[in-house]
Amino acid sequence: MKGLDILILTATLFSVFTALSLAVLSLIWIERKLLGRLQRRLGPTRTGPFGLLQPVADGIKLIVKEDLVPSWADKVIFWTAPLLVIVPSFMIWVTIPISRNLVVENLDLGLFVIVALLVLSILGLVLAGWGSANKYGALGSLRAAAQLVSYEVPLVLVVISVAVIAGSMDLRVISAIQMPLDTAQPILNEAHSNFSNFNHVGLPLIFIFPLGLFIFLLAGLAEVGRTPFDIYFAESEIVGGPFVEYSGAHWSVFFLAEYMNTFAVAALAGLLFLGGWYGPILPEWAWFLIKTYFFVVIIFWIRGTFPRLRIDQLMAFGWKVLMPLSLMAVIMAAIYRFYGWPAWTLTLMSLSGLIMVGFAFYLRYTRPVLRLAKKYGHRPGGKRNVR
Amino acid sequence: MAWLVFVVLSGIIVGGGLGVVTTRNVVYAALFLLVSLIGVAGFYVLLLSEFLAVVQIFIYVGAIVIVLLFGIMLTRSDEYPRIADNEQWPAAVLMGLGFFTLLGLALLTYPNLSDERNEIALPTLGNSLFTDWALPFEIASLLLLIALVGAVVLAREDKKP
Repeated sequence: MKGLDILILTATLFSVFTALSLAVLSLIWIERKLLGRLQRRLGPTRTGPFGLLQPVADGIKLIVKEDLVPSWADKVIFWTAPLLVIVPSFMIWVTIPISRNLVVENLDLGLFVIVALLVLSILGLVLAGWGSANKYGALGSLRAAAQLVSYEVPLVLVVISVAVIAGSMDLRVISAIQMPLDTAQPILNEAHSNFSNFNHVGLPLIFIFPLGLFIFLLAGLAEVGRTPFDIYFAESEIVGGPFVEYSGAHWSVFFLAEYMNTFAVAALAGLLFLGGWYGPILPEWAWFLIKTYFFVVIIFWIRGTFPRLRIDQLMAFGWKVLMPLSLMAVIMAAIYRFYGWPAWTLTLMSLSGLIMVGFAFYLRYTRPVLRLAKKYGHRPGGKRNVR
Repeated sequence: MAWLVFVVLSGIIVGGGLGVVTTRNVVYAALFLLVSLIGVAGFYVLLLSEFLAVVQIFIYVGAIVIVLLFGIMLTRSDEYPRIADNEQWPAAVLMGLGFFTLLGLALLTYPNLSDERNEIALPTLGNSLFTDWALPFEIASLLLLIALVGAVVLAREDKKP
């Protein structure tokens, strides 16, 4: 490698990092505004127009704050844990294609590499909690390890089923198979044929594999620790979990990594299930951003709507609902590919899976509550029956 | 170039292994093990099997070391006063040496050792894994299942009537 190449690579990575930081700022602003509106508040309004400078102010506040180290902490582990969290979340973006040609380094195994890197950040969280020599931190680490290891199984399985449907792990190919054939053909020709055995679908996968999107979003939320799956740093229970002893810039590194991961999960959902950068009129990167921010808003909407799960509920949901469902998804995708059935059969299969889960939830949770409400004279609308 | 990378990676792996057996802190031992395993992933990249390298990182860093740390954190640290005083160390040395001899013999007697490195296509890998090598694959998964059942049996409290 020549000196110039190294220089160009460094410049590229630096610009990726800058773009990501800007995206994180936008995410923080969207989250605060959206949560405010969902709770009938205005959200930040004072700093800049529409409170747009609020995330910048937050960042400055975090950086100038004092960085405390607890005296009992294991210094080496305490300082390396934030690095172990941020480096994988940044490396994910090396192989995410923003548009047809806008990608730092497209990999044949892109999807698999991304999932592996997404999983790596567990290690940093576990070490952060252990290294800070704090009981809440240790509890948070244990919770993080239990939660993330259990939710990584459905995530991997659903990614496998998408790879089976597409016949490739190259993210550009996976997006291309969801586009019309004339747009997709050049990308498919260009792709490394060694790792692929394409299956052109021509429709965004959300239409033919909604079950996959359902599992991916839920497992992805759990993997990046967004509400309702944020039990490992639940503020009201274990006051911040692994991050309890961190302050100032080091805490903000964890924060940055969490938002970068959220953005990555949204971008992956867009690439895998909404056809990536394909869309009419607007340029490709604009469609990528539109689809990504669509999922970002959904993630924040879920945060504003659902309460946090309890840890036993979380583990039960992971192992008893998502796990069998994702195994079913893999089997469905395999059957669809092996027998070469038309795409609508997969739609039918995954819809029936979703309906089954919904019905099971209705039987287990909704119906008993409704029955109780009827017994004690509450109507679901919230008003009391007047007798 | 490849030779240099090989030497550096070997240094990392051996250094990590030495760290595992010499450090007194169990968490540090797990971290040294991690360094060693990442070095092995580097070997796989050197041998042009990126898939195996990613699997190595995914399984060992993402799961095995995490579970190890999980186990360490669930036990009290004062239960391990002196990690170096392990009564099983002669057996461990014997096992290690035996395995090393076995590997060395296999390497020496392997008929066609060549310098060529071939990239294997993923579909080929998948096909051979699930057709020609289906039985070893299933046996490996059975082993994991047995370990899982064993863990459940160990963890379950005996309920007395």
